[in-house]
Amino acid sequence: MCLAIPAKVVLMNEGGMAEVDIHGVTRTVSLSLTPDAEIGSWVLIHAGFSIQMVDEEFANESWELIKQIEWDDSDGTLEAASA
Amino acid sequence: MRSDRILLSHGSGGTMMRELIEDVFIARFNDEALLRMDDAASLEVPAGRIALTTDTYVVTPRFFPGGDIGKLAVAGTVNDVATAGAVPMFLTVGFVLEEGLMVEELIRILDSMVSVAAEAGVRIVTGDTKVVERGHGDGIYINTAGVGVVREGVDLSSSHCKPGDVVLLSGTLGDHGIAVMSVREGLSFGTDILSDAAPLNHLVGAVLDAAPDVRCFRDPTRGGLASCLNELAGASGVSMTVDENAVPVREQVRGACEMLGYDVYQVANEGKMVAIVPPEQADAALAAMRASRYGEEAAIIGQVTEGPAGRVYVQTTFGARRIMDMLVGEQLPRIC
Amino acid sequence: MADVQAAWRDPELAKHLVELIGKAADRPMKLMEVCGTHTVAIARFGLRAVMPENITLLSGPGCPVCVTANRDIDLAIEFSRVPGVVITTFGDMMKVPGSYSSLAREKSEGRDVRIVYSPLDAIKMAQNEPDKQVVFLGVGFETTVPIIAATIKQAAALGIENFSVQCVHKTVPGALEALVNDPDVHIDGFILPGHVSTIIGPEPYRFIAERYHVPGVVTGFEPVDVLQGVWMLAKQLQEGRAEVEIAYQRGVNADGNPTAKALIEEVFEPIDAEWRGIGVIPGTGLGIREAFSTWDAAKRFDVTPPEPRAIPGCQCGEVLRGAILPFQCRIFGKGCTPEHPIGPCMVSSEGSCAAYYRYTDYGR
Repeated sequence: MCLAIPAKVVLMNEGGMAEVDIHGVTRTVSLSLTPDAEIGSWVLIHAGFSIQMVDEEFANESWELIKQIEWDDSDGTLEAASA
Repeated sequence: MRSDRILLSHGSGGTMMRELIEDVFIARFNDEALLRMDDAASLEVPAGRIALTTDTYVVTPRFFPGGDIGKLAVAGTVNDVATAGAVPMFLTVGFVLEEGLMVEELIRILDSMVSVAAEAGVRIVTGDTKVVERGHGDGIYINTAGVGVVREGVDLSSSHCKPGDVVLLSGTLGDHGIAVMSVREGLSFGTDILSDAAPLNHLVGAVLDAAPDVRCFRDPTRGGLASCLNELAGASGVSMTVDENAVPVREQVRGACEMLGYDVYQVANEGKMVAIVPPEQADAALAAMRASRYGEEAAIIGQVTEGPAGRVYVQTTFGARRIMDMLVGEQLPRIC
Repeated sequence: MADVQAAWRDPELAKHLVELIGKAADRPMKLMEVCGTHTVAIARFGLRAVMPENITLLSGPGCPVCVTANRDIDLAIEFSRVPGVVITTFGDMMKVPGSYSSLAREKSEGRDVRIVYSPLDAIKMAQNEPDKQVVFLGVGFETTVPIIAATIKQAAALGIENFSVQCVHKTVPGALEALVNDPDVHIDGFILPGHVSTIIGPEPYRFIAERYHVPGVVTGFEPVDVLQGVWMLAKQLQEGRAEVEIAYQRGVNADGNPTAKALIEEVFEPIDAEWRGIGVIPGTGLGIREAFSTWDAAKRFDVTPPEPRAIPGCQCGEVLRGAILPFQCRIFGKGCTPEHPIGPCMVSSEGSCAAYYRYTDYGR
């Protein structure tokens, strides 16, 4: 039920709907929960809606950060966002 | 054929039915046995063991990207005969048509069947038609039987798999199921994926030529690769392990499965073949598959191993191991 | 972006994280995940098998289908028996047993029950079939709740009168408190749900850390995500900290999704909810507010469901609380299998028992 997958907005339709692309498969979803999404935005989609925008650059940075765990071993210098 | 739609009288056995059979069916199938319009086809069959199979096709929608119910029916039946190590020769076809079906659609389906039969080198030699009232029968259902002669010296069985044997898969998984789902009402998503429905008798023949000690073939149709391998492992009393990294899956099929929450191992395929081969003949079998039409993306995907009977494991992309479970219930109803 | 996604399955990094977990797990640690998608991910990627001895991964009441009480399913079944009603539901709810029947069974007996992938499909159905009353069975946690809220608002905006929602939605943070207070279960840390947190952010869980000194890490769903979450929890425990941290940074912001939260607030209000196996947890349910009561199926239809009864032999409740592991259930694999499920934990694709049965050697 928590299944949400990343997709890229490729076409804007009327009524707050948009077409998104997941590995080449396209689907129509509602953007009403992510009103700032536009063509080229990456979003998480779930049950016919986009529920969050994913900052592609940030995702890449997160990945770099987590790879650092390889080097910054047990002194835990990985800066987890302590919320 | 004066009507543009199938009517109840087309199934009544009277003159309208004759018109349907002559103008539509026989005009297309054009087989000498069929042309005789006898109740049974009388055929010369070479000496030896025969392989006999039957199948019924209820796929909805009847036209889908890459094929239709007719193509499925012929290819599926041919493939069942081929997995027995037999050369398919003759097919029967029985139709249940719904009153109101457009004749033009029926013609498209028949043309499909003729085309696949020609490619496979089989004859459609006898048939039957019934018409049911509107509201029953969902357009068209097709039943078939297929007959072939088992090749000399071939002894295939799902119980023959042995630890050390290699598991071969003739190509990408999930194409048919996803193609059909993409046009199911209430679900639609955009994709270029086409159904892989295809006759594989030539491919099977090539593999048998190159690797005569093949243990068995099985096509991963309903229930997908998971059902196929679980059944083989169970029948042989062995375990199997599949290397997830080695299994060919199209990017879009992956995406669609992720989106729908489907396990790609459980999605139906209609133009793929699994072969279990002794290790010393695996490379030859693989080469034969890759050189065959429909087998270009064939791969070795796993091994038969010692272990609890009927257990199929997946070595995951990330390196751990888990069970490849069989489908329970209808993940994808009316898929073939 | 597709490459980054694949990167979260990197086996080398995964292996390294497992080692780090081993170093941090200096005493037995029981970590509970409360999200059905985590249940499946852990089983599917075989993560339990690679955990060091000291780490036990428990599955909690994270499958919203599994925690739906019998009485709620019985009610949906009663709605389905009203002439002209179409029940629309996510696929998973079809086979979940109620007190006497299931939606799948009702469908086979002629009731109009249809699977949809999005509640928007249900609205479309209502528009296309004006002579029917389309009822959407709303099941799911906060990931799904704003979607139903948006759908109700759309029905309102379009003036669609033949559509309503049976709201069985629940919220996660209150359930965590019930779990922490459960004497049968001792939880050292929570693997917090990634996509619920996408909506609500990390704030609503903070009280668990502050009041009960139980750490939580908001975790994603790829293998590296899960391992990272487990590692961060183990580290907190090793260092004697109890905080709410976000591992799943690419999916979760500090304030969640404000638009979604506002929608939830506008359409729903907290009510008490009955969780299968746990009982009533105050404030963890969602009721449709008065302003939108036109679209509340419970107010629209006057039906009387039967007295609910427990399913004989079923220990789903204990599994959902984390009191027992699936294979410790008396009927797991004997009498209760995916082919012949007795309780929802085996029926649901995200149920713990189904995950154990499908992906592990237990029960075979």
